[in-house]
Amino acid sequence: MNSIPFHRRKNVRLAFRYSIASLLVVIFVFPVYWLFIISFKTPEEIFAFPPVWYPKSIQFANYMVLFKDGDAETVWNSLILATVSTFFAMILGTIAAYSLVRFKTGGENLAVWIISQRMMPPVAIVFPVFLLYVFLGWVDTYFGLILLYTAFSLPYVIWMMRGYIEDIPLELEESALVDGCSRWAVLWKVVMPMARSGLFATAVFTFVFAWNDFLFALVLTRTEVTTYTVQVTHYFGGQSNFWAKIAAMSVLGTIPVFIAVATMQRYLVRGISMGAVKG
Amino acid sequence: MSLTLTAAKNPDRNFKYWIAFPAVFLLLLVGLFPLIYSLIVSFMRIDMMDTDTSFAGLYNYANLFKDKRLWESLLHTLLITAIALPVELSLGLAMAYLFLERMPGRQIFISLLILPTIISPIVAGATWRLLFDNRFGPINQILGWFAGHPVTALWTVSASLAYPAIIFCEIWQWTPFMFLILLAALSNVDKSQTEAAEIDGAGFIRTFRRIVLPAIWPVMAIAILIRGLDLVRIFDIIWALTSGGPGTMTETISIYAYTQGFKQFETSYTAAMAFLVILILTVVVTWAIRRMGLAK
Repeated sequence: MNSIPFHRRKNVRLAFRYSIASLLVVIFVFPVYWLFIISFKTPEEIFAFPPVWYPKSIQFANYMVLFKDGDAETVWNSLILATVSTFFAMILGTIAAYSLVRFKTGGENLAVWIISQRMMPPVAIVFPVFLLYVFLGWVDTYFGLILLYTAFSLPYVIWMMRGYIEDIPLELEESALVDGCSRWAVLWKVVMPMARSGLFATAVFTFVFAWNDFLFALVLTRTEVTTYTVQVTHYFGGQSNFWAKIAAMSVLGTIPVFIAVATMQRYLVRGISMGAVKG
Repeated sequence: MSLTLTAAKNPDRNFKYWIAFPAVFLLLLVGLFPLIYSLIVSFMRIDMMDTDTSFAGLYNYANLFKDKRLWESLLHTLLITAIALPVELSLGLAMAYLFLERMPGRQIFISLLILPTIISPIVAGATWRLLFDNRFGPINQILGWFAGHPVTALWTVSASLAYPAIIFCEIWQWTPFMFLILLAALSNVDKSQTEAAEIDGAGFIRTFRRIVLPAIWPVMAIAILIRGLDLVRIFDIIWALTSGGPGTMTETISIYAYTQGFKQFETSYTAAMAFLVILILTVVVTWAIRRMGLAK
């Protein structure tokens, strides 16, 4: 090794890193690629043996069917549920986080309790909630799911916003108070704008959690507010899977998240590590 | 500091409670209500046939301990966690080291590598179901190239391959998550310290254990906690890939609880199970959070 000049060694090293990196990209991206191309394949191409590695032509028939049959509406349902619940979770969670940070409301115990709620197994929650919802007539309604998603997102929002609010200098709030602002005004006019980037980043992840949910929607929806995740599983059959529909529906449901994450990429790390890494 | 704020305006004394109330109320609704409800119903004997709401004592809890399927499902859950979590962690760490130094196009590589984590778990499961198809899926085809003869492995259907299928899918989806967090943690490690250690003749492993690991541990611990809990609750991927089959071979605790509650309609029995799971997890998680000093 030492006989090779330093700059050559560096190049060998770089080449090695690139080859491993490329191999990793192939392994991790290939399944996504496969999902996308199946959605553009004709039935003959999907059920060809050996498999067709790339479609001869791009055709949208698989998507047209989803729109024609109304299955694509489930993406719309997911969008409404995730957006509205994110909106409420952000507002309620942020003001609660502000209370926890500035007034130490509930002390450490409340904070621990709130974050421990994030760790609840959904399957244990959904069963009592289902029985409650049957009793109240909230099954298969937007309201029921929005309420549940909002509540389930709150621990994450409070947790994240706590970190962002702590970074806001106290002097700004104090001077606003001295100027005669009410506490509400301070919250809306000082704290919210100052925490804006944190609000956006947290909102993206809150949106994605609601978007990805399957279990709650599986139990609590029937026909009216079916989400796209539930719809995808409707195409699984014992013998004949509707491959084209599975793929096209999955792609439809994946694109909004890709867009949301792509625009928010620089906040990604702090968001998924629950603030453990300050970004 | 907050004292001056509280003293500044007396009329707003209850302000801090007003703004915390809605969130806490909702959390009680989904956190405490299910717990109390499960507890009450678990002492009754409600199932599909019968709505006997009289006090049945520890009947359901006694049954929990006799239920072989429950303990097996717990074992399956732990098996998946015990294999997937260390693999995700070490693979994620290795990948983080690979991308730690700058190189042209690094950001593009990272963006591509995190795609699996962004996808809904149910879609990840569905995707791998298509990939694993014994005849039209590409995996058997690729394996065939290496084996030199056609491979027709029944990935999601056969007893010996169902677990590898689930674990592959799980690792594929969540290794990028570990990678991204650990990359951020590694980037924050003080470089002068690791360089000094290397000049002093400490090898890679020694430097890692003495300097890097203590530095990244707070972040790593959270990543392990998040992933560990997600794995214990694993539902979507299994639902999409095997639905717990063949038979009940890949049934996890979440899948089993779902089956009992929504397919067998064993209301009281499921409530007892839910209560037990909530109780165990709450204790473990609260302990872990306090121990890791997360709430500070």
